[in-house]
Amino acid sequence: MTANTPGSIIKNNFTTDYSYRESMGTDVDLLPDWETFFSSLTQLGPEETEDRRQNIYRMLRENGVTYNIYGDPSGLNRPWNLDIIPYLLSQRDWKKTESGLAQRAELLNLVLQDIYGEQKLIKNGVLPAELIYNHSGFLRQCAGIRQLHTRSLVLYAADIARSTDGKLWVLNDRTQAPSGSGYALENRLAMARILPELFNGLQVRHLSSFFDTMRNALYETAPFQKQDTRIVVLTPGSSNETYFEHSYLSSYLGFTLVQGNDLMVKDNHVWLKTIGGLEKVDVILRRVDDVFCDPLELREDSQLGIPGLLQAVRSGNVSIANPLGSGILENPGLMPFLHSVARYFLNEDLILSNIASWWCGQKKEMDYVLDNISSLVIKRICKGSDNRNSIDGASLSSAEIDSLKQKIKSQPYLYVGQEKVNITHTPALVNGNIESGTSLFRSFLVGSDHGYTAMPGGLTRTAQRENTFIVSNQMGSVSKDTWVIAPEPENIDSFKATKVEPFTETEKRYITSRTAENLFWVGRYAERVLGNARFIRNVLQSSMEGNRHHQNELEAERYLLEAITHYTSTYPGFLDEEDAEKKFSHPWDELKHVLFDASRAGSLLFNFNLFCRGVYSERDHWSTDTWRLIWNMEKEMSGVSLTISHIRALSVLDSLITSMVAFIGLNGESISREQGWVMMDTGRKLERSLLLINMLQNTMVGKHDASVDYNLYEALLKSNEALVNYRYKFKRPLEHYLALELMLLDNNNPRSLIYQLERLKTYLGKLPKIQQGYTLQEHEKIILEAHSRLMLAGRETFTRLNKKTNQYVKLNSLLSDIYGLLSEITGVISKTYFKHAPGQKQLFTIESF
Amino acid sequence: MQYKVTHTTVYEYEEAASLCHNLAMLKPRHTPTQICKTVNVLISPEPDVVNEYEDFFGNRVFYFAIQQEHKQLNVTVTSVVENTATSSGISYPDIGWEEAVQQLKEPNPVNADLKQFVSDTHMTVTDSQTKQFASQSFKPGKGLVAACKDLAEKICKEFSYSPGFSTIATPVKIIMQKKKGVCQDFAHLAIACVRSMGLAARYVSGYLETLPPEGETKLVGADASHAWFSVFVPGAGWVDFDPTNNLMPSSQHITIGWGRDYADVTPLKGVILSGGNHKLSVAVDVQRV
Repeated sequence: MTANTPGSIIKNNFTTDYSYRESMGTDVDLLPDWETFFSSLTQLGPEETEDRRQNIYRMLRENGVTYNIYGDPSGLNRPWNLDIIPYLLSQRDWKKTESGLAQRAELLNLVLQDIYGEQKLIKNGVLPAELIYNHSGFLRQCAGIRQLHTRSLVLYAADIARSTDGKLWVLNDRTQAPSGSGYALENRLAMARILPELFNGLQVRHLSSFFDTMRNALYETAPFQKQDTRIVVLTPGSSNETYFEHSYLSSYLGFTLVQGNDLMVKDNHVWLKTIGGLEKVDVILRRVDDVFCDPLELREDSQLGIPGLLQAVRSGNVSIANPLGSGILENPGLMPFLHSVARYFLNEDLILSNIASWWCGQKKEMDYVLDNISSLVIKRICKGSDNRNSIDGASLSSAEIDSLKQKIKSQPYLYVGQEKVNITHTPALVNGNIESGTSLFRSFLVGSDHGYTAMPGGLTRTAQRENTFIVSNQMGSVSKDTWVIAPEPENIDSFKATKVEPFTETEKRYITSRTAENLFWVGRYAERVLGNARFIRNVLQSSMEGNRHHQNELEAERYLLEAITHYTSTYPGFLDEEDAEKKFSHPWDELKHVLFDASRAGSLLFNFNLFCRGVYSERDHWSTDTWRLIWNMEKEMSGVSLTISHIRALSVLDSLITSMVAFIGLNGESISREQGWVMMDTGRKLERSLLLINMLQNTMVGKHDASVDYNLYEALLKSNEALVNYRYKFKRPLEHYLALELMLLDNNNPRSLIYQLERLKTYLGKLPKIQQGYTLQEHEKIILEAHSRLMLAGRETFTRLNKKTNQYVKLNSLLSDIYGLLSEITGVISKTYFKHAPGQKQLFTIESF
Repeated sequence: MQYKVTHTTVYEYEEAASLCHNLAMLKPRHTPTQICKTVNVLISPEPDVVNEYEDFFGNRVFYFAIQQEHKQLNVTVTSVVENTATSSGISYPDIGWEEAVQQLKEPNPVNADLKQFVSDTHMTVTDSQTKQFASQSFKPGKGLVAACKDLAEKICKEFSYSPGFSTIATPVKIIMQKKKGVCQDFAHLAIACVRSMGLAARYVSGYLETLPPEGETKLVGADASHAWFSVFVPGAGWVDFDPTNNLMPSSQHITIGWGRDYADVTPLKGVILSGGNHKLSVAVDVQRV
């Protein structure tokens, strides 16, 4: 980025001699759109550009934009990469692309309906039967299902590339559950927000109307038109590669994000399990591959589906976008036949060319492929067992070529040879330099009764390596925003006019049982992490101080270290009889494991990881600010190893505590759904009560030497942020009864047990009633009992000391009773609200002889 | 010949299930030589939902769901089937198997449909070993029907019938190595062999009437469901072979339905929402009436 003029940037950096470059047209001069773009980029200057690039990176990261890479342990939640140089499409190119893609979508929709319907294409010899019947995406279970709409193929995406002679080619069709539109939108938002100057002088088409069209199209597909159409987005779960997008789109479109076990089939309808009971589902936007969608009729081992789903579909009670069975169209073998299909159905020629392909199911074509194998790309018509479906013939050794030829000859109908297109190079910003890379862009279309509409933009991905021609996110490529440079069409508002139902955010709906459960546990783990961090921090601070020899101090420290073991349930810990002395003399050796050993159940890091898992499972619940905190905590925690010093550990704990407090605080004011907050805060209050009781039992039940007790009370109050409160309120030294009163009964103290129980009582009373009437539900009874026990306890309960054992016995049994009652609540609400049914099981099939 | 077939399946769950979905292919279809006169399905507890339809292959399917808590599921299907097939006096076209392979390659609507029965499925994967085994029956110039008969005979003679050795998931390769299995395994093996030669073969699910040893009375419920294979013979259509019993099915075989392999015609399968395990018992009775 040292050069000043656009021309010199390109000349200095595009050193290799390509016959065509995207930004230059066929001449050496830049195309006008690129000229404008580069002049804006040049004006920004290198430092500013770098700064903005980092901002983009941070924004995407903070928005939680990730792409998960399978089979890579560190690949989960890999941040999304966006190059700030977009992919430009001129108005002329776009016009052709748009009409070509709409035609292609129409065509594929007709093919889909025909394959699962009359099969005229096969009967009339337009499509070879083997191409369909041997494709694993052809689901015979879906044959003959009545089509509810003209365009069953609601969503369609195509990968397009430009060859060095400037032509645009369709490389792949995506019809199963096309992904990427959410990333495209997020890319655009990031670019528009952080690099607004780059849009100067260029009329870039907006993306938002496309999503309105998508929302409307999905409403239109509902089998029954009614007021409260319920649409869900079905995701395989948070470890899926594009989970970010599932969650992003569902909240952008206003649909509920669900997993298979959130749904069930009953009375030939699909139902959503919510905390208020079952709700009927009308439309499923599917991001689970079709064969996994119904373990009754499709893949029996699937845990991602809904048993009986196909029966609901057959009964016409639910629409799925895209319909089950649409994977058949992701079939490179169809390419060479699409011309004839276009003539057959539409009496038209294809507007956009397919890449030249030879399907080996025909003798002549197979011979051609075998003869030219090293100059072709060989694809399987559907993914094979190795999941690889593209092989560059040129990359194979002669032995590998022979083996591939054998495979083709034995099952020729499974293979397609494709011409290798020289993909044109586009500029990319790499480490501050403009370099060139090959680009593919994915275009998205949505079909409704009015036809197919293309997103005026798309998702571009680039590969930096020379001549790489297989580009995929799984291989970790870089993405680009895609700019269609054209004026907005005038009829843009007509999309809005056709809205089936306006989206209203005020719709009162119950959250799903799974969301409720996740949020409940996020609350519990958040509180647990916080409680552990605070308690251990305090003990650590005092026990690691230098110059500590006083017997009482050491004795108190012992009790506190033991209390930590109880508090965190990291047994045997400091209660280990064999090792006790060693551990007490070098507590850090044990404490660092209690803090940062992820493999140790009960450790801080262990609980933190569970917290994160819950957070990621409910990704769309957290605001951007919240994500920033989560990210900070993750960064802090992932930087820690077991060789950490205690000094460094204290600063990690400080920052973790600050962030966690902020996380909780932010959610109190920003979590969008009231019920969600109730669930999360119920979890918190419950956890805090249990932790508090545990700590009280280990600091206040036994009576020791006065100065030992003093140290214990101080640790208790400090760990609960109540020491200042105590001093302010009582203005006197720490006393057993006063400390107890503050921590148990003072409802002005937000850390007291009574405060937690009162909140719990309110929250639990707010949960939807399972039985009508005035009688209390099980969880309401339990909390009422716990609350009453505490309220009814007299002063004597707190002060009665058993002289023999030196224990406040009544206190201990009161605490144990309340602990027992509170522990029951989790089980009761989980049975009532979280799990509507146990897991699914396959019945054995009949053995025959 | 007219038969009454009673097929009873009982599932007992360890823990009560709140919901079960089941898919049954237990109603015999009509065939050129078979009429299913009546069929009666008794399910207990009574299902809340029943859907009936024909599948892709024209087999009769019924789905049912029980939406209330239950610990036991009992499905009894009673069908009366008239079988008009005769074992004698049928002559098959004298077509060589190589000729049949060639004819299958001609593009026409019948062949288009047959293609799906030529390709491998998960349950009938062919490898060099199966192909080699098959070629001992499919010798150059041999008649197609004769070759298939030979294959059925070879399987019957060289493989031992051994219940309990295999499960429905046991691959053909293992059956080939161990030389034992049950009727589904033999049907799958034969299908893999026939397909490896480039011919169309399908899996048939059904029943076989068993006769008691002379002088003894037949025990009720002693029969079982059965499976065999069928090969497309140009000029004659689908011709059945039973490798388990080394014979060509005729009046004693009752067809329920067919598909590419067992997975297409599983007699009864289901998904329950329940925590525990379950026990299965099946009784089949085939009576002449």
